[in-house]
Amino acid sequence: MTDQAKDAKIEGQGLDVAVEARLDQFALAAKFKAGPGLTALFGQSGAGKTTVLKMIAGLVRPDAGRIAVMGRVLFDAAKGIDIAPADRRVGMVFQEARLFPHMSVLRNLTYGRWAGKRSATTDIGRITQMLGIDGLLERYPRTLSGGEKQRVAIGRALLADPALLLMDEPLASLDQQRKREILPYLEEVRDEIGLPIVYVSHEVDEVARLADTLVLMADGGVLGAGNAVEMFSRLEFGPALGRHEASSLLTGTMARYLPDYGLCEIALGEGCLLYIVNERLAVGDRLRMRVKARDVALSLSMPKDVSVRNILPATIHDLALDDSPFVEILLQVSGQMLRARITRYAFDALKLGIGQPVFAMIKSVAIGQRMLSGKL
Amino acid sequence: MTGNDVIDIIFLSLKIAATAMVFSIPIAFIVAWLLARHEFAGKSLVQALITLPLVMPPVVTGYMLLVLFGRNGYLGDLFHALGIQFAFHWTGAALAAAIMAFPLLVRPMRLSIEGLDRGLEEAASTLGAKRLTRFATITLPLVLPGVLAGAVLGFAKALGEFGATITFVSNIPGETQTLSLAIYSLLQSPSGDRTVMLMIAVSAFLAIGSVLVSEWIGRRMGKWTRQ
Repeated sequence: MTDQAKDAKIEGQGLDVAVEARLDQFALAAKFKAGPGLTALFGQSGAGKTTVLKMIAGLVRPDAGRIAVMGRVLFDAAKGIDIAPADRRVGMVFQEARLFPHMSVLRNLTYGRWAGKRSATTDIGRITQMLGIDGLLERYPRTLSGGEKQRVAIGRALLADPALLLMDEPLASLDQQRKREILPYLEEVRDEIGLPIVYVSHEVDEVARLADTLVLMADGGVLGAGNAVEMFSRLEFGPALGRHEASSLLTGTMARYLPDYGLCEIALGEGCLLYIVNERLAVGDRLRMRVKARDVALSLSMPKDVSVRNILPATIHDLALDDSPFVEILLQVSGQMLRARITRYAFDALKLGIGQPVFAMIKSVAIGQRMLSGKL
Repeated sequence: MTGNDVIDIIFLSLKIAATAMVFSIPIAFIVAWLLARHEFAGKSLVQALITLPLVMPPVVTGYMLLVLFGRNGYLGDLFHALGIQFAFHWTGAALAAAIMAFPLLVRPMRLSIEGLDRGLEEAASTLGAKRLTRFATITLPLVLPGVLAGAVLGFAKALGEFGATITFVSNIPGETQTLSLAIYSLLQSPSGDRTVMLMIAVSAFLAIGSVLVSEWIGRRMGKWTRQ
């Protein structure tokens, strides 16, 4: 396939954004393409993520550029196209839910139908059940908890028959417990509805768990965009993804359960096994795991007398060496990329270099359950 | 003065106050909307003009109405051509009441429009609701407590208006003699009249009742529309 044909295919399925605007505080120039699935706009607050989202929704008008969703042009400054928000069929979930306080949950959920004249193709019962809000229909927003409000807001957007769903830090206003309560619902929406989603976040955890495509933003611009797993493995984005949070995403298949130890054996590839703790997995489930670079240790020989059970044969693929006390190392493990951060002191002592075979060690507890995503 | 006379006076007062409200509420809402949502040249002048009836001596307001809307006034001529007469007519009393009550109407309306979370209108637009639908389903229901509270207060003010009314349309029994003007007339006569006590009681009752209703609407609907 030629590059041009490939581009056209991506545009037909996903999102094509190229916008420029001079705003009160800063200049914004963002350009990225995203395929189907969940696209995360990630960056510090003030990077311009929410503004880009509002531009896609039509709530903020760019000075120049073009926005197309599934091949449908929503905005094109050069051609004078600027479709009104009401006609864009772009659902938006705001940070603060924004439920209509004078309407019951049911009236809120169906607002897109009775007020927005959107078609009733999605089954209300299915959505309310999926989001666990089928028992709240008669209630009013003021009587709902923060997590319930946010789930109703997601349902309301889904039931307005959107072609694209935008989510502006839907978990930011919630405490840890509520976040954990909603994340599985978000995964369900991503996997079951099959709607392209653009998700704004400044939490690496959420992005690692949810994103198929990752768009890294800083100071009103895009640092890089691409497949989330690849983006996580690129060393140059270390600072942008947070020094402390630097991590890689591994994909594996649940191979067998060890009932005596309560562990799951995950196959990353041929003869490459990881052991993690998770009670919900079934054999054959595909999952994505996030491993922080600082939780990976290296050994030159196969270690025998250590407690760590996750010992993966690896090859050093790339490394970032500077004056800092740490060295960032990118390892190739069974065709996947794994990041490790070790001290420069250890790096010199082991005399490591690109192409060298090593053994990577990860403690099972470092691959925590909440860093796991469900079925891929 | 007989009991029937008193009833007639009460009805005339209600008619004048109601007419004043019917015409001034929509105008007050538009003005409140412009002040709350838009920036325009002369905005502070408009604001000052609206507040004027609150601070200016009512007699002066009445006199200005007489100059503008009297038989030979600039606007009076215009309205006369349209078949509407204000001078020494009950419609004039309604106009005076509307002008005097206007600031009381605009203020709560403006506050409730300003207090409305515009994010809700944005959310409605992403759900497919166009401008008019948004206004009817989101904006209006949510600012309604402010509009009603203002309307009730304005109605009470219109009911009791005295100074501007007597200056503009005089004190004509059966035409412009409202409750307040009738009470004033009766208190002027040396013989006195026992019906005056009844009228004072009715007047006070209507005023207190209006304030209570206004408060109740504010509380009740405020609770209902809070997020």
